[in-house]
Amino acid sequence: MRNIFAQTFHEAAKLDERLCMVVADISPAGAMNEFRKDFPERFINTGVAEQIMIGMVAGMSMQGLKPFAYTIATFALYRPFEFIRDDLCYQNLPVTVVGIGGGVTYSTLGSTHHAQEDIAIACAVPNLRVIAPCDPEETRHTTQWCINQEEGPVYLRLGKAGEPILGSSQSDPFVYGKLRYLTHGKDVAIIGYGPILKMGFNCAEKIKAQGKTCSIISAHTIKPLDIEGIERMLASHETIIILEEMISRGGLADAIKIIAWQVKSTVKIHSYSLKGEFIHCYGSHEDILNAHNLNASEIGSRI
Amino acid sequence: MIQQKNNIFNAALSKIRCIKHRKRILEVSQRASALHVAPAFSCVEIVDLIYSSLMRVPTSSDDVGDFFLMSKGHGCMAQYVILEALGILPKEELDRYCTPEGILGAHPDRGNPGIIASTGSLGHGLGLAVGMAYAEKLKKTNSKIFAVLSDGELQEGSSWEAAMMAANLKLDNLIIFIDANDFGGMDRMSQNHHAFYPLRDKFESFGWESAKVDGHVGLEMNREYSKRAQKKPFVLICKTIKGKGVSFMENVPIWHYRSPDKDEYRKALDELECGLK
Repeated sequence: MRNIFAQTFHEAAKLDERLCMVVADISPAGAMNEFRKDFPERFINTGVAEQIMIGMVAGMSMQGLKPFAYTIATFALYRPFEFIRDDLCYQNLPVTVVGIGGGVTYSTLGSTHHAQEDIAIACAVPNLRVIAPCDPEETRHTTQWCINQEEGPVYLRLGKAGEPILGSSQSDPFVYGKLRYLTHGKDVAIIGYGPILKMGFNCAEKIKAQGKTCSIISAHTIKPLDIEGIERMLASHETIIILEEMISRGGLADAIKIIAWQVKSTVKIHSYSLKGEFIHCYGSHEDILNAHNLNASEIGSRI
Repeated sequence: MIQQKNNIFNAALSKIRCIKHRKRILEVSQRASALHVAPAFSCVEIVDLIYSSLMRVPTSSDDVGDFFLMSKGHGCMAQYVILEALGILPKEELDRYCTPEGILGAHPDRGNPGIIASTGSLGHGLGLAVGMAYAEKLKKTNSKIFAVLSDGELQEGSSWEAAMMAANLKLDNLIIFIDANDFGGMDRMSQNHHAFYPLRDKFESFGWESAKVDGHVGLEMNREYSKRAQKKPFVLICKTIKGKGVSFMENVPIWHYRSPDKDEYRKALDELECGLK
């Protein structure tokens, strides 16, 4: 994902000289190095200093540039939080803050590097749009949207590397602010954001074996959420499964349950998210998700 | 962007202007219980000098001139009254200060006439100014960024992240004035945070050019500004008195926030008017 992001950014930067990248001591992925080589003055590394990373992108935006801030999600959002809130959101500047390794992607690095609450925190701040693509292709589209938009600040949550492409020719095209059906079914809707949606495909296989059909839906734009799309999803399926690589409070699951209550939906809703705990477990990304009870067999077992 | 005529600094005229600015601040204070009189009074001469003499007039339609950022947002009354005197901020808005009918609050709000940044939380302005100054470098303009900071907000670590980055990026178009009145909201930094000093050495070691002056003497500030080598970011450490101009407000912590009552207002005006005679 981060490579596709960097490639997309680099290509756009060749045409738009306002695009700049401000990072805080993060080793850039291959394509990011290409951007740095081509436009050394537009690539700034503030070092291990995230507050000035955000302060700088705000100041650059105030003078008409289109800067992106980029580092590991915890350091992109948590460390300089008040700078994101005041400098970017209060002033409503069109700046994208990219958090890589969203969720527990950095599985061996411990909770200091786990963005478990980032979506809830980002969704709470006025003016901040929150986007989390599910695969490299969606990363390309969301990055392009961030590059082109002039509306205000965005928190773009990415994974890391090696994520599979989940969409296909059957999938809906990407539209900012709209749910994207990767597959269409009638019985069960599996909805989520980010690379964890891959688990939805494993789960869908089990559901299909029971003779039921599945929609798999990428809610890439978590804020502003496609409320009408959620209402239609609730009305057109029997069971909803929500997958979220984030704590259970303040994210997609909460939002869908509130909408379901408001429209008096009687659909069954099962949500799966990270535990609200600091887990002292080290291993692969899958291992850490498993320690949070996020695995396909656990999810499928309740249908 | 501020459009005005560039003036040669005139000390006598500046003195009269600054007394009028203080009187106007006091006048507005009678309509709001909280106005940060003393933090505004300590930087009146600094802000007056920047607007009256230092900021460059745009020379063509492609030239946007220089920029001013009030990092110590709680001192913004000094900026408001100067913007009003320059005809940038309407008098009615000062009269509607901190009311639901108006647009001006106790901290600057981006988008209001003459206000380019929303400040109020301390330790943000220098980072914004660094980004602005770097953007102007990338755009290859001659614009300079002027910022006024409090000494108190230099206790924020973010200010030093920004100071380091300004020097790394060789931002010779960044000029900051430190309103060094020695007071935070509570007490004197020189008494309780003595490791804060010496301040000038800290900036020099971070790669800045610096000078130290009396922040109530425009001539001194103007002289040191003019002497700068223009090869590094420049900091002018301006020794000031919190509440300057009204004897009973000077260096008395309560005036950080409180507005004077009617008797105090009358007394303060009398003192200021004596200065005009």
